[in-house]
Amino acid sequence: MIEVLVFATLNGLVTGLLLFMLASGLTLIFSMMGVLNFAHASFYMLGAYFAYSISLHLGFWTGLIVAPVLVGLLGALVERYGLRKVHQSGHVAELVFTFGLAFLIEEAVQFFWGPDTKNYQSPEILDFPLFMLFGQEFSAYRGFMIAISIGIFIGLYYVLTRSRVGIIIQAAITHPNTVANLGHNVPLIFMGVFGVGTALAAVAGVIAGPVLTTFPGMAVVLGSIVFVIVVIGGLGSLAGAFIASLLIGLLQSFAIASDLGMPDLLAFLGVEFERSHPLNDLWTLTLSQVAPLLPFLLLVLVLIFRPAGLMGKREQ
Amino acid sequence: MSALLKKSSPWIGYLLVLMILPQFFDSILAISIFNQMAIAIVFALSYNMLLGQGGMLSFGHAVYFGLGGFLAVHALIMIEFETVYFSIIYIPLVGGFFGLLAALFIGSFSTRKAGTVFAMISLGVGELIAASSLIFVSFFGGEAGVSGDRTYGPPLFGIEFFQNIEIYYLAAVWVFIATLFMYLFTQTPAGRMANAVRDNPERAEFIGYSARWVRFISFSAAGFFAGVAGGLFALNYEFITEENLNAVTSGRVLLMAYIGGLGYFIGPIVGAIVLTLMNSLLSNYTELWMLYLGILFVLTVMFLPRGFAGFIMMHQTAWAQGKLKKLALPYLITGIPAAVFSILSVTMIELSHVEEGVMHWPGITLAQDSTVTWIFLLVATAAAFYATRRTLPQLRAAWDEANHLEDSAQESKQARQS
Repeated sequence: MIEVLVFATLNGLVTGLLLFMLASGLTLIFSMMGVLNFAHASFYMLGAYFAYSISLHLGFWTGLIVAPVLVGLLGALVERYGLRKVHQSGHVAELVFTFGLAFLIEEAVQFFWGPDTKNYQSPEILDFPLFMLFGQEFSAYRGFMIAISIGIFIGLYYVLTRSRVGIIIQAAITHPNTVANLGHNVPLIFMGVFGVGTALAAVAGVIAGPVLTTFPGMAVVLGSIVFVIVVIGGLGSLAGAFIASLLIGLLQSFAIASDLGMPDLLAFLGVEFERSHPLNDLWTLTLSQVAPLLPFLLLVLVLIFRPAGLMGKREQ
Repeated sequence: MSALLKKSSPWIGYLLVLMILPQFFDSILAISIFNQMAIAIVFALSYNMLLGQGGMLSFGHAVYFGLGGFLAVHALIMIEFETVYFSIIYIPLVGGFFGLLAALFIGSFSTRKAGTVFAMISLGVGELIAASSLIFVSFFGGEAGVSGDRTYGPPLFGIEFFQNIEIYYLAAVWVFIATLFMYLFTQTPAGRMANAVRDNPERAEFIGYSARWVRFISFSAAGFFAGVAGGLFALNYEFITEENLNAVTSGRVLLMAYIGGLGYFIGPIVGAIVLTLMNSLLSNYTELWMLYLGILFVLTVMFLPRGFAGFIMMHQTAWAQGKLKKLALPYLITGIPAAVFSILSVTMIELSHVEEGVMHWPGITLAQDSTVTWIFLLVATAAAFYATRRTLPQLRAAWDEANHLEDSAQESKQARQS
């Protein structure tokens, strides 16, 4: 029992931190431009694919550095020549634009790399068990994922709260006109934040690609979950996104690992149903079956009862 | 009397077109495309009730389409086993009724806010229902879906609906009724207030309307008509799967409505027709049609924010002044290099993906591994792009010229307004 709990916690931590890397960029972009970027997970996918192609020739570590830079540049271009133009037609148009972009990127990935799964491998240096617990291995690569994620979280926190650039960014979020009057180039700041946000998503893609498999549907798998996190954490709140990422990561890994379900509950209540009962599917439901459903249930509940999210300040 | 005739003439024309179409295109393929169009038109129009008329961006509209469709197939099964006995022509109503029920329930909490909150709830509910449809196998049939048979009901004037053409006429009647009622809805106070709430909910509240209630009414009506479309789908295909209520279908209806043009009633109809044609014709020629669809969609959002219908309507001022002729030549001058650019781009995209290494166009054969071909294509494409860019300012000037109201025209307009 305890080993299941420990491993579920560790796996939840890995997933949660990975999700945070995506959610942090998304929530930063939202608080700046007021637009939820549907294509954010697509940049995560591009990160994985770019890194895969680079790793074929130059190795994993070059990919880890170069792929996010390339994706960040691409993101900046999208902001400069796409989003900024669409911005004039209003928020709905922006949201629809990013939705279309997500669609287009998925098709483009299939165009360039094909529809099949890519054999993107983690580096051999990290191909050893980091430690053994209850006879099960915890691979060094997963440890590396945790380390990178925490490193980025600390770095981001430091840059945003301690550095001059971070203070200008924070000011531009709340008072863009004042910042512009002080002589800063606000559109450039927006473009930079969009680029860095997409680059962060790409880092997540680079390190998640070998574990979660690199295939054209990987953006869709994670995309809506990241949305859920950003909304639950409170739109625009970094700390909220951090808490919600861990929450969702742990929730899912615990639900998958558990073998509890409706039969246990019914047995506990002393109720029994025939197998031919019309709602048989409901009475045999297990927690691991509903695991993919839980984040969305949480999303709907949060939006109904606390639309501002866990840490959100204002109601949108 | 003549006012009524004038108002109803587009509708009579619409009905005539719907009835006459199979006389001109009577192949099996054409009829199946028409049936798909009929379903898509009702579905896209119902989506426009949300986004275009009510300002609610939904990422889960397929839920009502799919639930309506599933209940419709279950109704077909019940007819087959004689649990109930009624003609299948009412099946779309069954779908609509359950679409309405689902919308009443979900709308009761999701319409409190518009904007991002609404969009997110619709996304969450959509994913929730799509995921549960794979869990509750006895109702949704898992990945295989559920199937029925439309030929068991009592025949209507001897018609037993064995053939697609019979379904076409049934669908055409339903499409006409649904379109008419959705149009009439926009003319009701509820439809008008939906526009007001979309544009400024605060002001609508100040004159005494509950924005939430107005949204709820639109939302329920949209759910009903989406269910009708789902019922038509069930009649046409006789089966329905989980794919018909998941995010892919929700995304497709957003694409249709947006490409067609949200601000106009006929916009979604245009979008539904264009997308169905692309879906069924283009997919015969190229595997990459989804890529073209994505490009088309992103370009539409960027350059034609009001969609195809909006693009046509843009010419109203010029038309009213009789200046449309002045635009013809500039359009041609810019249009030719733009068309060449598009054709060459498509050629390059296709050439990079041909299977045998060579591509056959009428009269020309292109080889995939020939450097000369690629250099020629790249240079020609760049030249066409440059020519398009160079001629754009001329087009823009002509456009301004054609839309410039002359002083006398402006004065008479002002006089009429006062």
